[in-house]
Amino acid sequence: MTVESTAARKPRRSAGTKSAAAKRTSPGAKKSPSTTGAEHELIQLLTPDGRRVKNPEYDAYVADITPEELRGLYRDMVLSRRFDAEATSLQRQGELGLWASMLGQEAAQIGSGRATRDDDYVFPTYREHGVAWCRGVDPTNLLGMFRGVNNGGWDPNSNNFHLYTIVIGSQTLHATGYAMGIAKDGADSAVIAYFGDGASSQGDVAESFTFSAVYNAPVVFFCQNNQWAISEPTEKQTRVPLYQRAQGYGFPGVRVDGNDVLACLAVTKWALERARRGEGPTLVEAFTYRMGAHTTSDDPTKYRADEEREAWEAKDPILRLRTYLEASNHADEGFFAELEVESEALGRRVREVVRAMPDPDHFAIFENVYADGHALVDEERAQFAAYQASFTTEPDGGSAAGQGGN
Amino acid sequence: MAEKMAIAKAINESLRKALESDPKVLIMGEDVGKLGGVFRVTDGLQKDFGEERVIDTPLAESGIVGTAIGLALRGYRPVVEIQFDGFVFPAYDQIVTQLAKMHARALGKIKLPVVVRIPYGGGIGAVEHHSESPEALFAHVAGLKVVSPSNASDAYWMMQQAIQSDDPVIFFEPKRRYWDKGEVNVEAIPDPLHKARVVREGTDLTLAAYGPMVKVCQEAAAAAEEEGKSLEVVDLRSMSPIDFDAVQASVEKTRRLVVVHEAPVFLGTGAEIAARITERCFYHLEAPVLRVGGYHAPYPPARLEEEYLPGLDRVLDAVDRSLAY
Repeated sequence: MTVESTAARKPRRSAGTKSAAAKRTSPGAKKSPSTTGAEHELIQLLTPDGRRVKNPEYDAYVADITPEELRGLYRDMVLSRRFDAEATSLQRQGELGLWASMLGQEAAQIGSGRATRDDDYVFPTYREHGVAWCRGVDPTNLLGMFRGVNNGGWDPNSNNFHLYTIVIGSQTLHATGYAMGIAKDGADSAVIAYFGDGASSQGDVAESFTFSAVYNAPVVFFCQNNQWAISEPTEKQTRVPLYQRAQGYGFPGVRVDGNDVLACLAVTKWALERARRGEGPTLVEAFTYRMGAHTTSDDPTKYRADEEREAWEAKDPILRLRTYLEASNHADEGFFAELEVESEALGRRVREVVRAMPDPDHFAIFENVYADGHALVDEERAQFAAYQASFTTEPDGGSAAGQGGN
Repeated sequence: MAEKMAIAKAINESLRKALESDPKVLIMGEDVGKLGGVFRVTDGLQKDFGEERVIDTPLAESGIVGTAIGLALRGYRPVVEIQFDGFVFPAYDQIVTQLAKMHARALGKIKLPVVVRIPYGGGIGAVEHHSESPEALFAHVAGLKVVSPSNASDAYWMMQQAIQSDDPVIFFEPKRRYWDKGEVNVEAIPDPLHKARVVREGTDLTLAAYGPMVKVCQEAAAAAEEEGKSLEVVDLRSMSPIDFDAVQASVEKTRRLVVVHEAPVFLGTGAEIAARITERCFYHLEAPVLRVGGYHAPYPPARLEEEYLPGLDRVLDAVDRSLAY
């Protein structure tokens, strides 16, 4: 598989989407019951056809970005897409039980992820593979829970990247509490909480908005509106655009083009800096699209039209940055060729690591249930040990596997 | 240095001591600040420790527990108050799917020292959702510790231990006993949090109980003594883990066991104790383990709660049935 095939596919249609004026909707702006976004202004710095457009409010946040950093964003997107594609393949090959693909959401994740500082803390849902990449989490660590060898699998404090959370929206409260702690500590770190359009319907998300507003917590709520909550469109979650929800809680909400990595970077930086300055929470709605299935278990052809996906392919986040890099002479063919080699190496490593991932020790069931220990766990571990040992004490000296069971 | 104080006051003193000795301890909940909680358990704490340590929260139980988890991840030790037993269910998801499991999911790399205080149980003539005993629902969940003190001394010490625990602890406070006074020795060396305790020695039958029912069992034992029966009373103190060794030791002596709690009998704490003790003490038992508790019905309106709650007569009736074998 080449970089071309995993990253910068050519759009089937002309990428002539209207470039919206890059301005945040003011509280007095015209309201519409539609949530689809066509008539709601997106913050955008790169058009779908790769042209840089000016934005008086957010340009400052990417004004000093170097060509090397731009290439870095491109590399991040390509490699995270490659990783994601590999994981999807591994699921199809039976190596993973399930996979939640991020295909199409690379700009939202890399843009926002690269806006964070090392001392910030990230609370992801279960699809933030690109953000994990930005935080320096070894991508193979993300696969343990999908392979079924653990239920989390990494130390959240190593990269300030919390465990994936499967109950949707729960982590927004953890993020808010963590941010309240930062404020108590007098630190200037910030927190970013990821969730989706479906999770926006959860009570926990509403409660996290309330708590963060009341306590002025330094948290950025980063909603990736990828248009579909499994089979349900955003219209089944809300009658107003999601970013407008923030207004009711008393903090700003903005909608950014989620397929524009530069805009995602700029808007998230702005929101994180607000948080650091003690100005409280922000809701960022990254308007994007999940190109694949919700997870490898569902079949998007049952609930959405091909035309819709094709329209979004024209807005591909990787292709648009590539067009910009090439047009502005910020990257040459050598860069793209080297990246393809690196991409292939990543795919190979992921394959090898996953296939070599050992099943956990049987006694892992009883590990870390409690930090301080628990008599019942101890008792049941001992019973389990005795049962296991019974297989190796067969009179005929039978081995453990497949013998003596009942 | 022993001092006589009510259970509510003992918890208040315990929280005060924890706030004084560890700057990471926080109190959170609805009305816990200026009002001092609807039962005044946190009375005066915000005045002395400030709004940053004793935090009045929005009226959102999932939010209270969920943000406490985040604060714990940041290194704090939140003690959150759920105002009444029946109000914990909006937070049940956060407690069960998040708080209980996060330590294991992180392969032990993070700890969740959160205490969830729940005033529980009936007997105060309250309206719906204010008198429930949901402890079995929490004890069933691995990752949580579940305890309930029955007296002022335990209330004081068990709260200290719960706050110091690196595991989440669901701390059920017997609300109808809040005003019962008892000796508290603040310099004593307390029993471990999970240890059951024999609070009355006896030879004919063991009554096992916890929280509000310990007093009922002690009264039942006193009444039985007048009839020439010697009942031993074991205060379990902890429902997760349960100190089966202590119950076993008592039953091996008395050969009979009646478990008493306010919660519904069906699939409750008593069922677990009956099963385990039957396994452990099959050849010692002279009678099946009997249970006395609530019915498989919603907690009734206040005018009926005396019928629902185990009282002296229902406990003694079970004692008679056991002794009749």
